[in-house]
Amino acid sequence: MGKQTKNIMIVGVGGQGTLLTSRILGGITVDAGYDVKLSEVHGMAQRGGSVVTFVRYGEKVAEPIVEEGQADVLIAFEMLEALRYAHFLKKDGAIIVNEHRIDPITVVTGAASYPENIIENLEKEYKVFKVNAMDEALKLGNSKVFNIIVLGVAAKHMDFSKEAWLEVIEKTVPPKTVEINKKAFLLGFEG
Amino acid sequence: MSEVKIMLGNEAIARGAYEAGVKVSAAYPGTPSTEISENIVKYPEIYAEWSPNEKVAMEVVIGASISGVRSMASMKHVGVNVASDPLYTISYGGVNGGLVLVAADDPGLYSSQNEQDTRCVARAAMVPVLEPSDSQEAKDFMKYAFELSEKYDTPVIVRTTTRLSHSQGPVTLEERCEPSDIPYERNVSKFVMMPGNAKGRHLYVEKRLKAMSEDGYDMPVNRVEMNDTKIGFITSGIAYQYVKEACPDASVLKLGLVHPLPRKLIEEFASKVETLYIFEELEPVYEEQIKSWGIKCIGKEIFTVQGEYSANMIRKAVLKEDMELKAPAQVPARPPILCPGCPHRSVYSVLNKLKIHAAGDIGCYTLGAVAPLSVVDTTICMGASISTLHGMEKAKGKDYIKNWVAVIGDSTFMHTGINSLMNMVYNQGTGTVMILDNSTTGMTGHQDHAATGKTLKGEVVPAISIYHMCKAMGIKNVVEVNAFDTVELEKVIKEEVAKDEVSVIITKSPCVLLKGQKFTKKCRPIPEKCKKCGMCLRPGCPALTKNADGTISIDETMCNGCGLCMGLCKFDAIEQVEV
Repeated sequence: MGKQTKNIMIVGVGGQGTLLTSRILGGITVDAGYDVKLSEVHGMAQRGGSVVTFVRYGEKVAEPIVEEGQADVLIAFEMLEALRYAHFLKKDGAIIVNEHRIDPITVVTGAASYPENIIENLEKEYKVFKVNAMDEALKLGNSKVFNIIVLGVAAKHMDFSKEAWLEVIEKTVPPKTVEINKKAFLLGFEG
Repeated sequence: MSEVKIMLGNEAIARGAYEAGVKVSAAYPGTPSTEISENIVKYPEIYAEWSPNEKVAMEVVIGASISGVRSMASMKHVGVNVASDPLYTISYGGVNGGLVLVAADDPGLYSSQNEQDTRCVARAAMVPVLEPSDSQEAKDFMKYAFELSEKYDTPVIVRTTTRLSHSQGPVTLEERCEPSDIPYERNVSKFVMMPGNAKGRHLYVEKRLKAMSEDGYDMPVNRVEMNDTKIGFITSGIAYQYVKEACPDASVLKLGLVHPLPRKLIEEFASKVETLYIFEELEPVYEEQIKSWGIKCIGKEIFTVQGEYSANMIRKAVLKEDMELKAPAQVPARPPILCPGCPHRSVYSVLNKLKIHAAGDIGCYTLGAVAPLSVVDTTICMGASISTLHGMEKAKGKDYIKNWVAVIGDSTFMHTGINSLMNMVYNQGTGTVMILDNSTTGMTGHQDHAATGKTLKGEVVPAISIYHMCKAMGIKNVVEVNAFDTVELEKVIKEEVAKDEVSVIITKSPCVLLKGQKFTKKCRPIPEKCKKCGMCLRPGCPALTKNADGTISIDETMCNGCGLCMGLCKFDAIEQVEV
């Protein structure tokens, strides 16, 4: 990877677990000896709003945010959010998108409509890797671990070993959920 | 080798307080400051409390400082307004043990009602301000702040912003120092601020600021990074990182002490660079001072006073780079909303049905202002709901507010709402006050308060009864209703707003996100019974979506089985099932 700072964004809807995912990502980069900065969203925006967290790692990182046109990887837990933040990607950046739809209140009330064919349209401009993580998570027996499945898919596009990922997951997630989260990760990583 | 840990800015602030030997911490939760206390509480060496409001928190730590120990208060920027009464005066009095106020500003308004700049308050209160730029500095500056506080006999503000408070970065941990308590000696001229004493202290404060401004020349928190002298920046806080990102080769004067300014250092730096830019988020606090000294520089002419800064802003405005940025896709907004199963939604659906306006307050329930609930008409500050409703009545008469209520949460009521209710009783108001009691401070992530029966440390204590407090004020009409009993709620609201007396309706149901609750039910649609009327969709629960054929789906991973939608369905087309 060299000296170049790597920029990762995790976007989704408040409550989808972007914080946990960014902390796992932050953890693995620290373990690998990088300088790292993470930026999170707390408070009002967490209540079902659009949320974005940033992870930047490299030899020396100054700002904690990823700016427009600079993201290497965009991890999206929801399709509309992938579309909202796609312009943050570099020209050769990759999107990992969960094929899941959550209607924003503006759509529920009829004030706006949910865009059609989001993934097809994104594919015209970007490298897109899609996963139906919600279905996969339900098969594992816990819908909440969908985010770790998506992370597993994204991990294929980063330079850390399987063992390193499993180790950091074990350190980061609540103790009772270690096993199912590891399974979820492998499902995405090896699937 | 010393341990390095990745820490949130707020976690690092707490660590800094710990290492500085702080013994007392008091705060009221508020984004982006809340996690400071939530991390302080992990250190058993520190007494830490949630106070009912920021003024009380400030006074608690003033007491601790006078008694001779290091103490700190933390709060969001608007909390500083509440605490400003004691702050302005303890600035005169000074300290005994070191006293630090951590103030968390919110450029970009992620979770606030305004975007005020604490540095303006600090200048008015004549209190020095330190501004860290990352988690490591957040910790280091806390320790330095206590040294300054004791050296210059002054409270010190450490100013953070949302981006710093909620970013993580590496921090090198050090041992806690245990400064001995400074002996208490009665000193009326310092701590009894009556006019005769305050006159003398005012002169001292001016001397203190002058001394700090001069000493700032070689304070380690102010740093000159001389590089290419074509462009120079004076910057501080998180904005410094954007400068380093966009212009790594430019010369930079990084200010750690942003009030009072190290004038000589600034003048020297300014004389060495060709074009000087001032890059500070929010108000032109040091820009205006620097310009008043006759120094030529560029700041708010090209950089906004609104919102957060970025490196791209410098690339565009200073370097004139053509960024070739893509335009963002035009997509529907996704504003924050009340959670599925939130008791506020139930209360608002009844108020909406009755076409009642609400004078609102600060909390999750502020979200009752937006469609489809559209009940809340006003939100100003903590505790304002009750007093603004009272003002409307006094302006327009009691009949004018027969279709109005005040809505306020339990924590906000304990914060400052209680004063407004006393006023309504005392001055013969007739308003109806709804206290939406969800047994926690919800928006900030579930902090306890005096009416929950638990402290910040987790100790179980007697809960102050909101019901009995209202009764003790002499209010005859105090009614408690289950927030999800919409039939009873409708009846009670109609009765109470009609009365020519003060009424308090306490709606009770815990926040759906409060830990320890088990939800054993889910709501499920029965499509064959559905008449596609859309009544169930009216409260805007995010778990419900309308299908193309007009029937509805309920997302079972989101639904908590509160039954609000089921109660609204006249055709029994939604059932509750055990899971």
